Amino acid sequence: METIDLLVIGGGSAGMAAAIQAKKEGIDRILILEKNEVLGGILNQCIHNGFGLTEFKEELTGPEYLSRFVQQVEDLKIPYKLNTLVTDISLDKVVTFTNASDGITHLQAKAIIMATGCYERGAGAIQIPGDRCAGIITAGTAQKYLNIHGYLCGKRIVILGSGDIGLIMARRLTLEGAKVICVSEIMPYSNGLNRNIAQCLDDYHIPLYLSRSVSQVIGKQRLEKVVLSAVDEKMKFIPGTEMEIECDTLILSVGLIPYLSLLNNIGCPISSTKGPLVNEHLETKIEGIFSCGNCLHVHDVVDFVTDEGRLAGHGAALYLQQLLPHDADIPVVAGEGISYVLPQSIKSDNREDVVLKFRVRKPIQDIYIIVENSGVLLSKTFKPVLIPSEMAMIKIKKEQMANLHDQVTVRLEKR
Amino acid sequence: MKREFTCIVCPRGCRLVIDDDLNVTGNSCPRGKEYAISEVTHPVRTITSSVRVINREDIVVSVKTSLPVPKDMIFRVMDEINKIGVQAPCHIGQVIKKNVLDLGVDILITKNID
Amino acid sequence: MFDVLIIGAGITGTLIARELSRYQIDVAVLEKCNDVGNKTTNANSAIVHSGYDPEPGSNKAKFNVLGNHMFDQLTEELDVPFERLGSLTVALEDEQIPLLEDLIQRSQENHVPVQLLTGVEAQKIEPHLSKEVKAALLAPTAGIVDPFELCVHAMENAIDNGVHLLLNEEVVAIKKVADYFLVKTKTHEYQSRIIINAAGNFADCIAGMIETIDWKITSRKGEYFVLDHFEDDYVKHTIFPLPTSKGKGVLVSPTTSGNYIVGPSSEEILRKDDYATDSLTLKQVKEHAVAMFPDLPFNQVIRVFSGLRPSCSRHDFIIEYAKTDSHFINVAGIESPGLVSSPAIAKFVVDDLVKPIISLEDKPSFNPRVRPYYRLSQMLKKHQEAFVKEHPTYGEIVCNCEKVSLGEIEDALSRSCPPRSVKGLKRRTRAGFGKCQGSFCQPRVVLILAKHYGVSPLDIPLDDVGSNILLEKIKEVK
Repeated sequence: METIDLLVIGGGSAGMAAAIQAKKEGIDRILILEKNEVLGGILNQCIHNGFGLTEFKEELTGPEYLSRFVQQVEDLKIPYKLNTLVTDISLDKVVTFTNASDGITHLQAKAIIMATGCYERGAGAIQIPGDRCAGIITAGTAQKYLNIHGYLCGKRIVILGSGDIGLIMARRLTLEGAKVICVSEIMPYSNGLNRNIAQCLDDYHIPLYLSRSVSQVIGKQRLEKVVLSAVDEKMKFIPGTEMEIECDTLILSVGLIPYLSLLNNIGCPISSTKGPLVNEHLETKIEGIFSCGNCLHVHDVVDFVTDEGRLAGHGAALYLQQLLPHDADIPVVAGEGISYVLPQSIKSDNREDVVLKFRVRKPIQDIYIIVENSGVLLSKTFKPVLIPSEMAMIKIKKEQMANLHDQVTVRLEKR
Repeated sequence: MKREFTCIVCPRGCRLVIDDDLNVTGNSCPRGKEYAISEVTHPVRTITSSVRVINREDIVVSVKTSLPVPKDMIFRVMDEINKIGVQAPCHIGQVIKKNVLDLGVDILITKNID
Repeated sequence: MFDVLIIGAGITGTLIARELSRYQIDVAVLEKCNDVGNKTTNANSAIVHSGYDPEPGSNKAKFNVLGNHMFDQLTEELDVPFERLGSLTVALEDEQIPLLEDLIQRSQENHVPVQLLTGVEAQKIEPHLSKEVKAALLAPTAGIVDPFELCVHAMENAIDNGVHLLLNEEVVAIKKVADYFLVKTKTHEYQSRIIINAAGNFADCIAGMIETIDWKITSRKGEYFVLDHFEDDYVKHTIFPLPTSKGKGVLVSPTTSGNYIVGPSSEEILRKDDYATDSLTLKQVKEHAVAMFPDLPFNQVIRVFSGLRPSCSRHDFIIEYAKTDSHFINVAGIESPGLVSSPAIAKFVVDDLVKPIISLEDKPSFNPRVRPYYRLSQMLKKHQEAFVKEHPTYGEIVCNCEKVSLGEIEDALSRSCPPRSVKGLKRRTRAGFGKCQGSFCQPRVVLILAKHYGVSPLDIPLDDVGSNILLEKIKEVK
């Protein structure tokens, strides 16, 4: 059985960045395994603008952004296989994958980076009451049909969920000749970036209904109507608030979930974000297996996915050179007002900067982000506004690392 | 009279306020100021869309306008885009229509297809 | 002119068709949907019941037990996954123990082996069972099967042996003319000497087309949850609560595809085509399930669905000649235990009802076996590798969640009862059955179907005709 240094599972933004970084740090035998017929992952179908403002100081479309990394993968001669699915990873890092040209292959990897992205929550998972007709589809699938194959999945559309994918598709479908009747959002505030509300909904006069969700779908073979009802604070439908909307399509943009069945099979501990627990170098609780990108936690901005991929590549390179910090874990805990923080631990012998990434539980203004180490203040940063749909970041400087002990907490404090 | 809207230039989405004398507040960078002014004087938008790849079954390739176009001409520009078909292979930056509707804006391919 | 026309290609109709295909007669099956097994057959608990539960002496009891014995051979010939896991009927309160003892009595009358376990013994074999379990009845001959695959393979085998399948044919009128029947569908007319009515929820409508009947079919809806394969062996048997007059109650069971199924509810409904699920009913199903399995992880639900049971006013299977015509055979009210009973019902219909009225000569070319299906997940690892080397399309995965290869999909399309819809392909190959429920692979599946049938992707339906997924092709340039 062949042995390689680093196996990167997933050739999207996270995987390519990780492989490129590891290669630049001197790791030689790298292989990227990608399930699709091209590299680039989900960006292949994200044909809108808005990528690369931090990474390249340019505004790029998804395919343009990914092409920069594909170019680097080619220039650095990093081997990759397409149309290849990894079907199993063992605890000792034997990887099994399959494709048409090689058949079923086993490979011993010294380190593995999981960059397998995420999948969409569907109609079944949110248990939409009503008929089982055609015309109910998730936003990513609608996007694939439209942006890769050139087919409209609907002409009169209701979108459930005001996350960025739903908003982007509202604009996209309108430009291509469909009528997007409205966007409905179960929370009292939108989940998407404000800029997307502006350029996808406001620009096209598409109404956004907050605190509403679909209480019924009606249709025989194809969807004919949806009923939108208001919800109370407990997310229960309020009787008497039904709005019937005739339509032929319901697009669901109701959440993304890290795609991690490979790690589940080896009992890798998972956090509440549904991604694996990781340390400051993005190593999971299984030694030598790292994670980055949407399979670690769902991102909003791909430039930060690239950064995260680089960190995982760097971590894997250190690991392969036996330079990775390996002493006791100092837990990092989400405190008041924070729904999750990454990484969940920092190795006590780490001496590099650590960027903590977190999301707040609800929109909040005039707030201090407090980072503390067992009562000692590490930093206090003022933010005028923080919202759950925008991942926030705060750095613990390397100068502060040596004194870290017991536990680090990130919390919010009102001014 | 003040107008208030969200900046769309970058993911921060600053809340901009502009008055009749084109004084802008709320922006975090100079591009936000430019955007606010253009939004009240002559609003423009970059269009991203797709065109059919004629020699590949059921495949379209993504395109964009080289510069933003007037907001009230979006659908007319879309009509022009919808008339274009391309042949693979095609590459990023390839111009598939020059000076669409005399706006000084080209339509460019944004994806590499072999 | 057909010798026998079967109305309804559910599990009953298709197994009858297969049974008839042993003989040199002309058989056709009329099915109103775009696929076989499209209604009750593919929306049930998929349990091969042991047979202790039905009323002794009833048709249900008789055919359940007979059918159960036939499942090993049947699933072997038709290459369908079947596992005799056994079932446990649990008593959660001391007051229920006498009811368990009634069931033991009943099982003896039905000649079904059972074993009474204490609460402790039950928990030993099912560690996730509620600590409240006081006792349980183990029925080792119960099992799980894939009912849809069974139906498709039965139809495939029947077609391979000469039966005609006519899809998208809804019967609207039947008339007796001299010594044959004239059957009118929405689009065609057929003639047949014998009619077998296996029309499920609509069997009373069909039966009523030639005479006044004294029985009625009322649809009873059952709603279910399907959970992802979050853990191996979370539950290893089919677990039932004690039965009530409404039915066997909410069960929790593994499925042959590695998922877990929870349900069904039981509500009588007025319309025979109402498959809607509703949150109140699902909530009640969840409560019943959690009473037996307090830590059942409902955050692993990937799908909910409902099925309609054809409940008969006689409270038993109706397998008999029409009152006024022995050439019209009713096979109606095939609700639970219909699935396990179906092969025994098919044999009875042919041997005891058809044989007396028409001469049946053996067909020497009859082959009871389908061409083998290659399922990588069931091969030994070393056989898997050799197989994929020889059949490269089995190494190209289309559905990543369920690891369904292009080879398996092409094989399904090459069969004599091929899928014509996305759901048809999903039910045959599991493509789209997993975590992401097709959100990644559906576009490719649609394109594969379109290419195979030489039609536009716009014409590919989700399920029945009219349920098209795509509405417009954009960017059509001259």
